[in-house]
Formats: sequence, C-alpha cells, structure tokens
Amino acid sequence: MSLAPTPSQTVGPFYGYALPFAKGGDIAPTGHPDTVTVHGYVYDGAGLPIPDAIVEVWQPAPDGSRTGAPGSLRRDPVKGEIIGRDGVAFTGFGRIATDADGHYVIRTLPPGGAPYLSLIVFARGLLHHLYTRAYLPELTDPTADPLLASLSPERRDTLLATPDTGSAPGVLRFDIRLQYDGVHEETVFLAFD
Amino acid sequence: MTTPLTQGDISAEIADEREAYAKRVADGAPVENHPSRGYAPYRSSVLRHPKQPLVAVNGDPEAVELTGPAFGVTDITAFDHDLTRQHHGEPLGERIKVTGRILDREGRAVRGQLIEIWQANASGRYAHQRDDHPAPLDPNFTGVGRTLTGTDGEYEFVTIKPGAYPWRNHVNAWRPAHIHFSLFGTAFTQRLVTQMYFPGDPLFAYDPILQSVTDESARARLVAAYDHDLSTPEWSLGYRWDIVLDGPAATWIEEGR
Repeated sequence: MSLAPTPSQTVGPFYGYALPFAKGGDIAPTGHPDTVTVHGYVYDGAGLPIPDAIVEVWQPAPDGSRTGAPGSLRRDPVKGEIIGRDGVAFTGFGRIATDADGHYVIRTLPPGGAPYLSLIVFARGLLHHLYTRAYLPELTDPTADPLLASLSPERRDTLLATPDTGSAPGVLRFDIRLQYDGVHEETVFLAFD
Repeated sequence: MTTPLTQGDISAEIADEREAYAKRVADGAPVENHPSRGYAPYRSSVLRHPKQPLVAVNGDPEAVELTGPAFGVTDITAFDHDLTRQHHGEPLGERIKVTGRILDREGRAVRGQLIEIWQANASGRYAHQRDDHPAPLDPNFTGVGRTLTGTDGEYEFVTIKPGAYPWRNHVNAWRPAHIHFSLFGTAFTQRLVTQMYFPGDPLFAYDPILQSVTDESARARLVAAYDHDLSTPEWSLGYRWDIVLDGPAATWIEEGR
C-alpha cells in the first residue's frame, strides 16, 4: 500500500507567532560543560542573509539514544507560556527562527553514534523544506562517512561545521546557502526516498 | 523601471508550467506530488531554491533522519486546539471545526505527534507585526493552535474560517483562505509544512502558491472537504482534511511511540 502524499507548501512570512519558541535552540542543559555551539547565517542566491527562515535540528542524545524526549515546548499550564526544557530530559530537537540578520544559534551536546546534526530549513519563498547536515569536526572522518566520501571536496565542505576562529572553544560556524551566489558554493541538500 | 507584474502575466506563467508538467508526464516522467522549489510564478522562490540536485541518502539504515523528535502532554495545554477560547471574548467570524487523520505512506496512523497551525483572522489579517494589510485585528483571536494526534492519528481544531488577503507577488494578488499546518511523523524524513484550503474558493486559479503543485490530483489533496455530519447544530460548520506524510517512516522504533 502506498498512499499519495499531501503536498508541501511554503511556511510563508507569518509563522513567527506560531512556530518559534523561547530557548528553541538551547538543547543542552544550561551551563553544561560539554556544550557545543553551532551558529551561522542562512543566505539567498544574492548572498544576502534571510531574516525569515526557520532552522530545525534533530540529533541523537549523547548516549546514542534516538528516541528523543517530550518537553521541547514545555508549557506553563496556567498561562500557556513556553517555559523551556526541564534541563533533565535531552529532547534532541530544536527550532530557531533566524534573526533580522539571518543568524541562528544552536547550543547542544555532541550526538552519540553519529557525527552530525540533522537540519531542516524552512523559509518564505521555499515551497518545500530542505534537509542538510552539520558535521561536527571532532566527530567526523570525511573519508569514512559514506555521504561525505561521495561528494567532491567543494561540495563536501558545505556540510562541515568549522571552528569559529576568534570565538571560545566549542563554538562552530555553519552557514547555509540556499543557492550559489556567484562566489560561495551552494550547500548540499539531501533527499530521503 | 520594470512594468508591474499583472495577474495576467502570472496566470500565463501558471498555464505554461502546467502545460510543461502535462508534457513531462505524457513523456513518461513521474507524477510530482510536491511543488518544484524553483516554481517561478511564486517570485519569492527565485533566489531561495537550490539549483544543484538534492543528494539522495538512500539505504543508510543508520541515518539519523529515520528517527525523529517526540512530543507529549507537557508540550500542549488544554485549550491549544481551540482557537476560539484563547482570549476573554469570542473571535469574530464563521466558527468551524477542522478534523482528520494523519497517516504515513503505508496507511499507518501517526500517533501522538505534534500538529501546529496558524492562520489569519476572519478579515484576512495575521496577528503579526509585519502584516500591514489594512484589515482589522481581532483582540479575541491570535490564530495559533497545537494538538497531539490520537491513537488513530486523528486530530481536531476549533477555529474561525480565515479570510482571503492581499500580498505583493504581483498587482492585485490575493491568497485564497487557508490554514497553515506543521506536522511531524515518526521520522524527521516525514516532516511536513503545508496549507489547507477551503472547497470552492474562487481564488484557487489565481494563486501561484497553490498552483505550484502542478499535478491536479495532488493539488486537490490540499483542499478540505465540507462534511455536514461534522457540523454542530446552531454552533459550527465542519471540515475534514486527512493528511498523508511523505518520506520513509521510522523502521526500527515500535509503532505508536
């Protein structure tokens, strides 16, 4: 049996009061010593930052568990406000709306059993979301990973988060380019069939 | 100074895209269930779609994307599914119930997963700072809902019917009334963000976002059905909209996690 899927449509410009939630990118418990910060900009084909994109992230827990945990959007049952993760359960899920400068920040713990964070990008103008991966340099052997090994070096590099020179240790840069802008390579986006 | 784009220009492009798709299918190309990301009649897509082909990650049973996030009772409050009860007063507009089931491609119910919706109010205005459409805001309507799917994949929202609204894709561009939906399956590969439309809307043919789904039967799957049995006497009208998530489902996690 194979049912015909419901088509995708763009997230549009007005999701801002519906989808983003407070501390959406803070997957690691506050102050955890193993915290890795992955941040970057989402750019369009003119090389301009996209201020109305959303990045979602999904990853295994540090112990390798892939079941996730509820509580990413934990709510105050009195006022209904999002009060954030409880700092005990590792939900493995984050959601960040880019800011006015097209910037997003994820603070998380290194995934167990996989060298990458799985990312989805949504934006006004994007009719169907895009999948990509941010590979963490300390966990990644580019010649051993089947996806990375299958790509040309220029394309492969778009999937590698890089140490952010000048920042504290544990801060990584990962820019997402939806389209070649004449200078910078387009990010590799993935399909799962 | 370029000439402003008219509806006639955009409608001609929509017709060309549909004709090109019909020819592709006639020549043996597969049915396209999703919009092409480069669909040009929706002008915002021009600089925001990749031009390189997607890289297929098939046959890797270890891919993280074959699993996905979990949501639960802590993520939802009691009135999240009823958009008419989130303020002190009643919102203006035509009260409706929208219900249906979430299934995967194999027809299995997607249980206990998060659905989020957002929409304009009855006059076609979003409660968003950047929406400058000069239609009234409704102090009793925000237009945001959340729920978890039940054991048969079912969901239900109570809301008001959103209004059509203008946008600036071209001169005199109007979006048909729609509700935005965000859905999760058991795997990240099944993620879906889409829009639900209302049957018989005269704006369908003019809208490049709906028409970006060039396959007619696929496009029809974005339109809810009016269901008189779901209408509540002297209270609300009922619509049914079932959703099928594309993409491989989780294979090694027990069903109904």
